[in-house]
Amino acid sequence: MNTFGQSVLRAFELIVHADAELVRTVALSLFVSGSACLWASGFGLAAGAGLAVARFQGLPAVLLLVNTLLALPSVVVGLVVYLLLSRSGPLGSWGILFTPTAMVIAQTILVFPVVAALSRQLVADALREGSDPLRSMGARPFIAALLMLLHARWAVVTVLLTAFGRAIAEVGAVMIVGGNIDGVTRVMTTTIALETSKGDLPLALALGLVLLAIVLAVNAGAYVVKETAQHRYG
Amino acid sequence: MRAPLSLLPLKLEGVIFEARGHRIIKGISTTFKHGLRTIVLGPNGAGKSVLLRLCHGLLEPTAGAITWNSPEVPGGPRKQAMVFQRPVLLRRSALDNVHYALKVGGLPARERHDRAYEALCKVGLEAQADRPARVLSGGEQQRLALARVWALRPEILFLDEPTASLDPGATHEIERVILALHQAGTKIVMVTHNLGQARRLADEIMFLYQGRLLERQPADQFLKNPASSEAARFLEGELPW
Repeated sequence: MNTFGQSVLRAFELIVHADAELVRTVALSLFVSGSACLWASGFGLAAGAGLAVARFQGLPAVLLLVNTLLALPSVVVGLVVYLLLSRSGPLGSWGILFTPTAMVIAQTILVFPVVAALSRQLVADALREGSDPLRSMGARPFIAALLMLLHARWAVVTVLLTAFGRAIAEVGAVMIVGGNIDGVTRVMTTTIALETSKGDLPLALALGLVLLAIVLAVNAGAYVVKETAQHRYG
Repeated sequence: MRAPLSLLPLKLEGVIFEARGHRIIKGISTTFKHGLRTIVLGPNGAGKSVLLRLCHGLLEPTAGAITWNSPEVPGGPRKQAMVFQRPVLLRRSALDNVHYALKVGGLPARERHDRAYEALCKVGLEAQADRPARVLSGGEQQRLALARVWALRPEILFLDEPTASLDPGATHEIERVILALHQAGTKIVMVTHNLGQARRLADEIMFLYQGRLLERQPADQFLKNPASSEAARFLEGELPW
């Protein structure tokens, strides 16, 4: 059997047997990336709404910066957070380097621009039609922008899924600030990187398939919720 | 207790509006008082919608002054309202949409529910109160937009082609609500593209042409015997609508 065949079989076995170590790794992956998305969506949606209605001189420059940060390399984020949190860094006294908290911080920074840039565009488009009626009713610009987020909530779900996808699939940042410590900061992607460098390619690929299966489950869940709600509430 | 001061009359003095170097409103002076239903007519690009938005405060004039007798208090209840060609409804029930309008419109919480429900009854949507607003038909959605307005009991209502995308039956319903609002004491200022509608609703007609107010006359007189040659050509359908 070739590597691909072996990997698919292995991935299937891994899922069926629900190996304790794998479950722990998956749980940590979901926890880290889920928390990061939660934080990033809090800050990012507010920033996106704010930027959609903001009027100041440097606005185009800020938008350009946010859009550029969409391509932020995860290794660079990891490095910056590492330097901030390392013992000799400005936040070294927190003592959180090589903990899941550090990983959450790094991924939050990584996906914040995704949420901010996409939600800004979303709100700006929605406001093109909705701005006058909402202002006419007496809503202030920022409130109108938040209303538009609520209005376009299903598109917002897609934005958040995009952010989650970016977070759970990245390896550079979590590797550097987490350190891939077995049982403490080891997540799916760092495991895959480790198995690859050890040469166990079928296992590495199988883990990759498991990761995809998890993301698939998350997306499917979101889809079902969306369809049901849309059908019921329009 | 003293009666609250009236918003009207609304006075426009030498109002000019430019966008991207293009002069859209070229100096309009006029006054809106309580009472008559005013219909704004004019060919495409005459500046009708822009004029309404200027009056309503959605646009700032480039030059000239727009003054209310007694302006609204910022943060206080809204006394003027506008209905647009396409209503923007939130993804909530019909009742909640009206409710929300009252909330951002600055009405105290305890009065909102009764007023919202009453407004739905006025436009004939009480049976749809709990239905999601976005699944209502086009005509029902526009009636809901009017219910939002009704609930606020504005002194003046601006309408920008509220029936442009509706069928005759729905249009008739909207016109009925507009007449009822007027009866209840709201000044009506409405832009329409529909001459039949202007005949049915207008007490007086303002005719705009290329950013200028060419005529303002009682409806009968304007429709039978317009003073300007542009208006005559417009009524005969020779100008682009």
